[in-house]
Amino acid sequence: MTASVHPHAPAPVHVHYTTTGLDNRKVAIWAFIGSECMLFASLISTYLIYKGRSRVGPFPHDPWTNPLTGQANQGILDIPVTSASTFVLLMSSLAMVLALAAVQNKHLPKRTQGERILGSSQLWLFMTALLGTTFLGFQAYEFTAFVNEGLTIKTNLFGSTFFTLTGFHGAHVTAGVLWLLTLLAIDRRRSLGPADALNVDICALYWHFVDVVWIAIFTLVYLIK
Amino acid sequence: MAHEHVPANPAPVAHGAHTAHGAHEHEHPTAWTYIKVGIILTLITVVEVWAYYIRSFVESRAFVPSLLIMSIAKFIIVVAFYMHLKYDHKLFRWLFTGPLAIAVVTIIALLILFGQIGSNLAAS
Repeated sequence: MTASVHPHAPAPVHVHYTTTGLDNRKVAIWAFIGSECMLFASLISTYLIYKGRSRVGPFPHDPWTNPLTGQANQGILDIPVTSASTFVLLMSSLAMVLALAAVQNKHLPKRTQGERILGSSQLWLFMTALLGTTFLGFQAYEFTAFVNEGLTIKTNLFGSTFFTLTGFHGAHVTAGVLWLLTLLAIDRRRSLGPADALNVDICALYWHFVDVVWIAIFTLVYLIK
Repeated sequence: MAHEHVPANPAPVAHGAHTAHGAHEHEHPTAWTYIKVGIILTLITVVEVWAYYIRSFVESRAFVPSLLIMSIAKFIIVVAFYMHLKYDHKLFRWLFTGPLAIAVVTIIALLILFGQIGSNLAAS
């Protein structure tokens, strides 16, 4: 159905409804997230299947001896650093949901300073992208430390499955950060409003999914010995 | 699939649902609710990491199940509140939980098949 547009009416927005009454972009992102569940399930199950089957170190939790130097080492996983990066990613999800709320409520008047801060979509989009980038920084630090300690993707089964799993997750975070920066650029160019809420919501769903995948990885890979 | 032109600033519609078609529409939680959820997620993470450093607890049989329960709790909280699945149309719930169930069953089946869990049962 196409309605006639008055010369002074707001610019039209294309909305694609399905027979379910739901916007097809929203249906598509949930279907995509469903398929991503199965992608990460395959990566997580591969990690868990090969867990504890590496013949040479470094190992994730157990001590090991370097055959070349004879030096004894502890398990390679750095739980304090990963706990910090997990906290950062959880807070990025909070910032994302506040960004979405700010876009949805852009038309509401902001009376207090607190309302102005909570209602700033640019601030929360920026914070989400910043926290996502910080998480990637932690991951780069971790990967570099592992390589320096002798663990590469070719070293053992732990290295192969660990780098594949966390690398795929990091790639998803990178894509999410780029998506967020794109939204931030649009918001700076022309303020995002309630009409754009679905576009921000779709990005938010992707970002939260990346967060829940990390919740699973943090427990299954890092904490369970 | 119909293509429609609508005004740029329609009344906020919940989560892509088209109210004219009778789809669900719910109020979003407030910013304070989101902040409270963030605090709960942080506290659960703190408890998880704390449990990791208690040697006697790590060696007990309760360690892995308790970590899994806390992880599942965080997962559900994020999906329900931040991804709005609690408030959203049930089709989205099925689109997510269906593949998720397949994924979980696949992981468990592969772990049993490769002897990572349930090997005691097979041995007996």
